[in-house]
Amino acid sequence: MNVLFFGITREIVGTSELLISDLVNKPTVNDLKEYLMTRYSEFSKLTSFAVAVNNEYAKDNVPLGQNDEIAIIPPVSGG
Amino acid sequence: MKKTKIEIVNTIDTSNIFAQLSHAHSGGICVFIGTVREFTANEEVIALEFETYKVMALKEMEKIADEAVKKWNLNSVVIAHAVGAKKVEEPVVIVGASSAHRPECFEACRYLIDTLKERVPIWKKEMFKNKEVWVSAHP
Repeated sequence: MNVLFFGITREIVGTSELLISDLVNKPTVNDLKEYLMTRYSEFSKLTSFAVAVNNEYAKDNVPLGQNDEIAIIPPVSGG
Repeated sequence: MKKTKIEIVNTIDTSNIFAQLSHAHSGGICVFIGTVREFTANEEVIALEFETYKVMALKEMEKIADEAVKKWNLNSVVIAHAVGAKKVEEPVVIVGASSAHRPECFEACRYLIDTLKERVPIWKKEMFKNKEVWVSAHP
């Protein structure tokens, strides 16, 4: 799956877009979060981070499909 | 007819906000403008750098505008946010609403900015002389 990164998470992974092929067997939002925290220790130090699926905030149990637009949303700070 | 303007721009134009919000059915307009403050916790800020997930940000801003229109029966709404580097005193966000009477647009205006800050995927980095900090990233 292709994953977009923004803000501090873009800096942590070092790119704004990453192809992740290690997650198989109908992965969920939670699987992706755990994968990122295992692979990049800096993710565990964040206040929080959310996952958006097709431009909507997604709960942990939401399944991730190959054609979904998936994005990592670190704590927002607009305004 | 309702007037709504939702946008993400490089530079906020504060000069046309009255035209964007004025409405025949409104007796009042309320506007909030967020700007770059020189000091954060006694440290001098050189600039703020904003980035966004634009397609999702616009979608969330639309939802916030729709919620506010329904809740306070607004006649017009503006939500605009800037991206890129912004220097001290520059505007970075402008929200506003108009309604038949003033209490509704005052309340709606606060809701627009408070909810934008909670939900809209926009990120701000504070640029100090010797460091850069992503706001709210760490506890």
